[in-house]
Amino acid sequence: MTDETATTTDVTGTGSAATDMDVAGADVTGTDVAGAAGTGGGRSADGDGAAGADDVLVTVEGLEVHFPIKRGIVLERTVGYVYAVDGIDLTIRRGETYGLVGESGCGKTTMGRGLLRLVEPTGGRVVFDDTDVSTLKGETLRKSRRRMQMIFQDPLSSLDPRQSVESILVEGMRAHGLDSGKESTRARLVELLDSVGLPESALHKYPHEFSGGQRQRIGIARALAVEPDLIVADEPVSALDVSVQAQVLNLLEELQQRLGLTYLVIAHDLAVVRHISDRIGVMYLGSLVEEASSDEMYAEPMHPYTKALLSAVPVPDPTVEDEREQILLTGDLPSPANPPTGCRFHTRCPWKQDTLCDTDRPELREVGDGHRVACHYAEDIAAGRITRHEVEPELVHPDT
Amino acid sequence: MSILSTRKAEKIDSLAEGGTSLAMDALRRTFRSPVAILGLVIVGLFVILAIISPFIAPKDPYRPYPELKAELTPSNIPGPMPGFLLGSDQNGYDFFSRLLVGAQQTLFVGVFATLIGVAVGMIIGGLAGAFGGWVDSVLMRLTDIMLSIPSLLLAISIAALLPGSQWTVIIAVAMIGVPVFARLLRGAMIAQRSSDHVLAATALGVKRKTIVFRHMLPNSIGPVIVQATLTLATAIIDAAALSFLGLGDSDWRRAEWGLMLGNAQELLSVKPSLAFFPAIAIIIVALGFTLLGESMRESLDPKNRR
Amino acid sequence: MALLDVRDLSVVFKRKGTRPFTAVDGVSFSVEPGQTVGLVGESGSGKSVTSLAIMGLLPKRGAEIGGSVTFSDTELLTLSDKQLRDRRGRDLGMVFQDPLSSLNPVITIGLQITEVLERHRGMTRKEARVEAAELLDRVGLPDPQRRIDEYPHQLSGGMRQRVLIAIALACRPKLLIADEPTTALDVTIQAQILSLLSELVSETDTALIMITHDLGVVAGLCDDVNVMYGGRIVERAQRHDLFERSRHPYTHGLLQSIPRLNAPRGEPLTPIRGSVSDNIEWEQGCAFAPRCPNATDVCWSEPPELKADDGRMLRCHNPVAIGDAVTEGAL
Repeated sequence: MTDETATTTDVTGTGSAATDMDVAGADVTGTDVAGAAGTGGGRSADGDGAAGADDVLVTVEGLEVHFPIKRGIVLERTVGYVYAVDGIDLTIRRGETYGLVGESGCGKTTMGRGLLRLVEPTGGRVVFDDTDVSTLKGETLRKSRRRMQMIFQDPLSSLDPRQSVESILVEGMRAHGLDSGKESTRARLVELLDSVGLPESALHKYPHEFSGGQRQRIGIARALAVEPDLIVADEPVSALDVSVQAQVLNLLEELQQRLGLTYLVIAHDLAVVRHISDRIGVMYLGSLVEEASSDEMYAEPMHPYTKALLSAVPVPDPTVEDEREQILLTGDLPSPANPPTGCRFHTRCPWKQDTLCDTDRPELREVGDGHRVACHYAEDIAAGRITRHEVEPELVHPDT
Repeated sequence: MSILSTRKAEKIDSLAEGGTSLAMDALRRTFRSPVAILGLVIVGLFVILAIISPFIAPKDPYRPYPELKAELTPSNIPGPMPGFLLGSDQNGYDFFSRLLVGAQQTLFVGVFATLIGVAVGMIIGGLAGAFGGWVDSVLMRLTDIMLSIPSLLLAISIAALLPGSQWTVIIAVAMIGVPVFARLLRGAMIAQRSSDHVLAATALGVKRKTIVFRHMLPNSIGPVIVQATLTLATAIIDAAALSFLGLGDSDWRRAEWGLMLGNAQELLSVKPSLAFFPAIAIIIVALGFTLLGESMRESLDPKNRR
Repeated sequence: MALLDVRDLSVVFKRKGTRPFTAVDGVSFSVEPGQTVGLVGESGSGKSVTSLAIMGLLPKRGAEIGGSVTFSDTELLTLSDKQLRDRRGRDLGMVFQDPLSSLNPVITIGLQITEVLERHRGMTRKEARVEAAELLDRVGLPDPQRRIDEYPHQLSGGMRQRVLIAIALACRPKLLIADEPTTALDVTIQAQILSLLSELVSETDTALIMITHDLGVVAGLCDDVNVMYGGRIVERAQRHDLFERSRHPYTHGLLQSIPRLNAPRGEPLTPIRGSVSDNIEWEQGCAFAPRCPNATDVCWSEPPELKADDGRMLRCHNPVAIGDAVTEGAL
C-alpha cells in the first residue's frame, strides 16, 4: 500500500484533530507577528531569503496520519490502520528549502498533505507562523490556506480541464478577496504569467493545449496568485521530461529568491532534492530517519537507510559509477499497515545488531550541528566499530 | 528568462486555433463518426416531426371521420383510401395523421420521463457525492433498493398506485432512471473529490460550495448527459410497454405511439399495421438516441482521445 | 559478425485522417555477443519504437517498417509471424517497464515460466518446474519453492520485475532487450535490478540492449551508448567518451541540465530551452535546431548526417568543441 493510494480513503471528514490546542491563537490573517518583521508579507522579502536560523516558519510536532482500514459492506468496522505518517517532528525556517525524500510508500506525500490539512492528521500538531493550524476549522482554516500553497506532481490532472488559464489563476485570488478590480486583476494575471515565463496569450487557453513543462508553470502561477509564504511542492518535476526538469527547478529557485518563499520539496529523486534543498529529511515507513543539511547529508550520511539510498542513485558519470560501492538492500519495503517492531528499518538493515534494533524504536536525536538521526548505533557505524553483514530477504506481500 | 518568454510566446501563438475547451473538442470528435451523424439525423428528423406534425397532418387526428366510420365493423378496419393514406384506426380516426402527431406525444413522454429521472437522480447522487459519509451511505442504500427491483416491475408498481394518466407514465418511467443517474453522478463526483485538481482548489482555499459546483459537478456531468441520451431511448420503449400492459394513459384518444401500440394489441388479426407502424417508429427513434448516446460516450472516453 | 545488426531502420505510423508520423528514421546500430548497448532518449525520441520494431511487436496495420534487422544472419523483418514467435521465445527476450501489465494476472508465476520452457525447450512439466524454481532463485526471488505458486498481484513491483526477467531468461536468449526496466521502481529496488542485469550479462554472455531515459542508468551499465532525438540517433560513443566528452549539443545540454548527487548545493543547472514540441522536421534541417545554443543557419536548412568523428558517430553541423561548455543562449 503506497501513500498515494492511502489518501484515496475517506479523508474529507471534518472531525477536528484530537489535540485540544489553543484556539484563541487562530488569528492567521495578521502577518505582523513579532519576530517576522522583515519577512512578514509573502512578497516583501528582498533577495536574502533565509533569515536567522531561529526564524522558524513551520513547526511540526509528532504529526500522525493513520488511515483506517475498513471491512464490511453495510456495517463498516475498522480492522486496522495504515500508519502512513507515524510521528514526525521537524521545523522549516523562513526562506529555506526543506527537502523531504523517501521511496514510494514512505508517507512523504501524506506528510505534505497532512501539514497542509488536506488530509486530516490523527495526531500531533502543525504550527505555522505561531498559529496552530491543526485546530483551525471552517472559514478560519479556509482563509489560512492562502499562506500555504501546493504544487502537484502531475501538472495536467491538477488543473481542472474545463477551466481556462485565466479562470484557474483568478479562482484563488477571488477566494481570498484579492481580485480588487478588473484592471488590477488583469495586470496581476499578466505579472503572474510573466514571472513563470508564460506569455499573456496563455490566459485564454486550456490546460490540454500546453506542454508538460508549461502546465507545471501554470500550476506554479496558481500557487503564487494568492501570495503564499510556504509552498509545498510534491514531486514538482518527476512527471516532466529530463530536459525540461531543469527549467522548472531553476524557476522555483528564482522565484524563491525574488519572493522570499519557503519551500517544502517532496521528491523520490535524491539528486533533485539535493540540488534544491538547504536541509533534507529522509523518510522511511512513516517517520524521519535522518535530517541534515544538504551537503552534510551527501558527505556524511549516518543512517543505514540513507547510506543505502545514496549509494543506489545512479550518477551520469562512468568514472563515479565504476568506483561506486553499492549498498544493495535486500527485499522490499514492509507494509505500512503492519510495520516492523523496534526500528522500522531493522528487517532490511545491513548493520542490524542483536540488541535494541528489533525491540526499541529509535528516537530522532541530535548527533552534530543540525544533524539528527534515528539509529541506535549511528556513532558506532560512523566510527567503523560495526560492520555490514548480509541480510536474508524477508517475504513481503504487497496486499497485507 | 526573457529569451524563454519570447520563445514561449511564439510557440503558443503559433498554435493554429487556441482556446478550445475540452467539451468543444469532444463534440468535434463525436461528429467525425458516421454512426453519430446517422443518430443525429434520426433524432433531428424526429424532433422536427414532433414540432411541425400538428401543422402538416392532413386530417384532424382527434376526431372520427364519417367516411371511415361508415365502413368500420369489429372485423374490418378500413385500409388506405383517398384522403386517408393509411386508412382508419379502430375508432374511425385518420391513422396516418395520428401517427404523425404521435411523434410529439412520444417525445413529450420520453423527454419528461428522462428529465425528471435526471433531476431526481442528480439531486440524490450529487448530495451523496458532495457530502459523502452517512449521507452517502443512506442515499446509496436507498438507490440499491430501487435497483434491486426489476425496472419494469418498479414502473408497473408505481403506475398501478397512481391514477391512470400521462403523468403517471412519465413518473413511473422516470423512477426507473433515478437510481441509475444517482449512482452515475455519485461515482463520478467521488472520483472527482479525490482528484488532484479538486485537491488543488481545496489547498487554494476555495470555498467548498464553489468546489462542488464549479469543479466536481461540471467534470462529472459528461457521463450523465450520455446516459440521458441513452435513457431517452429506453424511456420511450418503457412508456410503450406500460401502455401496452394497460397501465398507462386512460385517455385512449391521445395520439402517442406507445398507447397506439397498446390499444392495437387486440386487433392484430384485423389490421396488423395498427401495431406495426407505431412499433417501427419507436424502434427507429430509440435506435437514433442509442447511436447518438453511444458515440458521445465513446468520444468522451479519455482513452479514445486523439 | 555482429549478433544483431540494425540497418537504416525506419518506422512510420499511418492512421486514417492524420498525417503520417515518422517515429524512427534511419536508425543503425549493431550489438556484439555479450555487449551492452544503451538507447537513450526522452519521450518521443523513438527509442521504445525501435525496440518494438526489432522484436516485431509493432501492429502490422498502421506501422510501416523499413530497413533491415539481421539477427545472427536471419532477417527478422521478413519472417512470418510464426517464425518470429519462435525466435522471440528462443533467442530474443524482452523486459518491459510495467511488470504488472506484462504478466498474466490469473496464472501463477510458475506456470508462466514453465509454459515457455515446455514450448521452447521441450521440457516435461516436471523438469520445467524444477528449472523455473532455479530461474526464480537465480533472479533473487526469496523462497522460490513457495513463490512459484503465487500470482503476480501477490508480489511487489521489484519482485514482479525479477519474475519478468526470469521469464525472459528462461530460454537462455542470446539477446535481451530491456525497455525502461527500472522506471517504475524505487531507487533501492532499481539498484537491485540493475546489478542483477549486469551480473546475468557478464555470467551468460547474453547481449543486452538497455532502453532508458535515465543517463545515470546508462553510465554504469552500457559499453556503447546511442543517444536518440526525434527518431534519429544523434550521437553514439563508448560510455566514457560520451559522458566525459559529449559532442552533440543535445547530449551535452542534457548532461548539464540534470541535477547531480555529487554536485554541491547551489550550483545552478543549465537547462535546455523549450521542449520537444518545438522540434522542426528532420527533412528541413536539424530537429534540435530550435532548442540548440549552437544552431546556425545551416542547422535550419540542411539535415545533418550521422558521421564518424574521432572514434564516435555524430549528427551535428556545429558540435560542441572538446573542453568547451555550452553557455551562450541558455537561460
